Amino acid sequence: MLDHSTISAVLTAGMEEGADFTEIFVEDRQSISAMLDDGRVEELASGRDRGAGIRVVSGETTGFAHTADLSVESLRVAARTAAAGARGGTGKALPISASPRSAAGRTLPTILPENVDKGEKVALLKAAEDAARSENQAISQVTARYADSRRRIQVANSDGIHSADDQVRTMFSVSTVASGDTGMQTGRESVGRTVGFELFSETDVAELARTAAQRAITKLAARPAPSGEMTVVIGPGGGGVMFHEACGHGLEADLVAKGASVFAGRVGEKVASELVTLVDDGTMDGEWGHTTIDDEGLAVRRNVLISDGVLMDYMWDGLRARSEGRNSSGNGRRQSYRHLPMVRMTNTYLLAGESDPADIVADTESGVYVAHLGGGQVNTATGDFVFGMTEAYLIEEGRITAPLREGNLIGNGPAVLANIDAVGDDFSMGAPGTCGKDGQGVPVGDGVPTLRVHGLTIGGTAA
Amino acid sequence: MTPAEAQALADGIVERSLPGEQLEAVVSWARNTEVRAHGGELEHLVSAEEFGVGVRVIRDGKQGLSWAGVLDSAELARCVSEARDNSAFGTPDPNAGLAQSDSVVPQQLDLVDRALADVPTIDKVEIALRLDRAITAADKRVVGHEGADYGDGIGVSAISSTEGIRAAEEETSTFLGTYALASDGSDTTTGFGMSVGRGFGDLNVDSTVEEAVERAVLLLGARKAPSRRTTVILDPYVCSQFLGILGDMLSAEEVLRGRSPFADRVGEEVASPLLTLTDDPLCVEAPTASGVDGEGLACRPLTLISAGVLEGFMHNAYTARAMGTRSTGSASRASHRSAPGVAPKVLGVRAGAFNPSEILAEVGDGLLVHELAGLHSGVNPVSGDMSVGAEGVIVRGGELAEPVREITIASTLQRMLTDVVAVGKDLRFFPWESSGVTLAIADMTMSGS
Repeated sequence: MLDHSTISAVLTAGMEEGADFTEIFVEDRQSISAMLDDGRVEELASGRDRGAGIRVVSGETTGFAHTADLSVESLRVAARTAAAGARGGTGKALPISASPRSAAGRTLPTILPENVDKGEKVALLKAAEDAARSENQAISQVTARYADSRRRIQVANSDGIHSADDQVRTMFSVSTVASGDTGMQTGRESVGRTVGFELFSETDVAELARTAAQRAITKLAARPAPSGEMTVVIGPGGGGVMFHEACGHGLEADLVAKGASVFAGRVGEKVASELVTLVDDGTMDGEWGHTTIDDEGLAVRRNVLISDGVLMDYMWDGLRARSEGRNSSGNGRRQSYRHLPMVRMTNTYLLAGESDPADIVADTESGVYVAHLGGGQVNTATGDFVFGMTEAYLIEEGRITAPLREGNLIGNGPAVLANIDAVGDDFSMGAPGTCGKDGQGVPVGDGVPTLRVHGLTIGGTAA
Repeated sequence: MTPAEAQALADGIVERSLPGEQLEAVVSWARNTEVRAHGGELEHLVSAEEFGVGVRVIRDGKQGLSWAGVLDSAELARCVSEARDNSAFGTPDPNAGLAQSDSVVPQQLDLVDRALADVPTIDKVEIALRLDRAITAADKRVVGHEGADYGDGIGVSAISSTEGIRAAEEETSTFLGTYALASDGSDTTTGFGMSVGRGFGDLNVDSTVEEAVERAVLLLGARKAPSRRTTVILDPYVCSQFLGILGDMLSAEEVLRGRSPFADRVGEEVASPLLTLTDDPLCVEAPTASGVDGEGLACRPLTLISAGVLEGFMHNAYTARAMGTRSTGSASRASHRSAPGVAPKVLGVRAGAFNPSEILAEVGDGLLVHELAGLHSGVNPVSGDMSVGAEGVIVRGGELAEPVREITIASTLQRMLTDVVAVGKDLRFFPWESSGVTLAIADMTMSGS
């Protein structure tokens, strides 16, 4: 990482023609991934990316340049390029608000993945494949993937912030194909945490593989999903992506400011059922969306977004917070040094309620039980969002019955939030996710207890 | 970096190979500009230069990869030795191996607009500001947009291998795009507009604005519609997204691994006779055209489905060797960090005889779809199950009727192919690997209220 004199030379170069703010973000990322497919370990890939992104803000305009050359000369050129970009605008100057702060470091994980032999990582793949194939003869294909990364970042800016973080993540996933008379079906299960190789002392990859296998097998006997509006019960853990899409993105201050969110202008209003308390929490140790600082150098926080149904606040990054004269909520994140930071979620979850999950199902005359969700997507301007169900069942007379084939569910954020009428006491976090926005992907976590919602439309093909 | 410099760098890395191993090096370099205007101001200006090297080593039938993002000799040495070390952990595979030159010579396509390098930054800022102003002035129902974006890039790539493969290519690209926001006082709707080209002069502010405004305004007042089975008309943009998924299913990689529902169906009728599907990487009007594939072999035109009959699959060197055939020049790399997979470059259906209004008239009653949501979560290319969110306009008596949103459309990809009832002549290219035409598909399930 860079020394103090280099940082100070870069910040000076950014400010020398008159700017409101200059920031340098330095990143050194090493990663390795290994994949087993079709019975073979076919790809062990590893590499390193390092460089710095320099951002200069003048009025309402941001100039940004990045370089993989960390010499002081090259960084100065990048700073001047960014400053020239910032002068391309005509906006008025804003006061610098922040006082000097710093946050640093984390305790490194118990077992740094870079100290683990590659053969040990490859052995996990084989163990997972064996477990999935021996679960059932109908399993015709298994793909297993291991990945770890270590991302060291350093952030310094003209407001006096100088922070650093060392982020280690490890993940494992298994995908299966089951073949039967009805064609092929797929199953997937994954685990990912902001921890080191000790992930595998708490996670049994064979168990993970059996779950992925079972998911595909179950769907061989599945019937087409129904079509139309129904009551939906979402199981614990897997359903967090619904909140990520239904309201998470709509509570990002950059989208709110552009009028591209149905939640604009609604702070202090009731936007959800009083059973809904939604939190975005970057501090959750070990979770996939956890870091010590955000990518603008601020300590991450636990932010309550919706409390008992009332909208408390949006999520903020430094730029948007500056223009509103308030503090960032620590949600400024970026995919890499080559990207500008934006408002992003971290770990987003619904707090547990008081209902017994078994009662929630028993009290549902007919509907759909979604045990595991795929990804989703939202149009924040209209509030319409979709998410996929990768493991789902019918609910008939208060009982979970026949498995259903895959499909998307569609709903409207504000309407769905208002129509949540039961929240269970069985909270759990879900699978690791990658959230995409404006072409940038960042790791995020989510979680929910069992919950029931009315008025979602199931996009199946059955009447 | 020039193509010759990139080639020399790739050649230099190959010289580090040891006896008994195959070694392949790819080099990529790009310089990009990105401008966003909003509310009459320049929001950001990004100037970026990116560089990357990827190395693949195959020894004793085992493959390893490594990459580096900086151009210093210690990093390049690390990259080569790490790829070599990584190969030790692979499972031996008799079919593993780098591509061997075949009789097809790569074409040097003209993918560069030389004038782009000399366009002053201030002109790029000005075109984004002009787009910003024009959107909000276009229609009183348009209340804003999410950003008026300009982007351009100059990209160079080169590949070299111990098997005598050597190729380099250069291309330029330009982009103008926005999402307009329209409102009738209660609901807000969005509509995209875009213009793409190879040079600055190819971009059209007026058509971008017109498209974004028309798409956003058309959806004002949209409601959920009752569930029913109906004919769905995909516009060229939605059609291109659908074809993108179909491309995955016709990759020999998926066939080889038992993940394609079309695996045993070569020579059979898998689609309506109206449908001919090709991959034509040499079509220079397409932004994704290329003369060289991800392993350095010549790209070549390929017919995948001919009048409804499945002709074959796309291959790279590995799948071809494993299945006893020749590569179709369809090796594809997501970036210098990845091993070559299989993917089309310019996938498209052969244009039909009808314009969109003739197709509406022919269909009579149905749903015109403008926008899809949840493609990555709602389509399973292994089972073929497809269920995605949609926005569009109901078609009644051959005319556009009321707009709809918060609905899904569902079928299976296999059935959608056989249910194609009309193919438009309005071929359009997009800045991704599939083109689109207006395409009508019978008997899909629309789920709503």
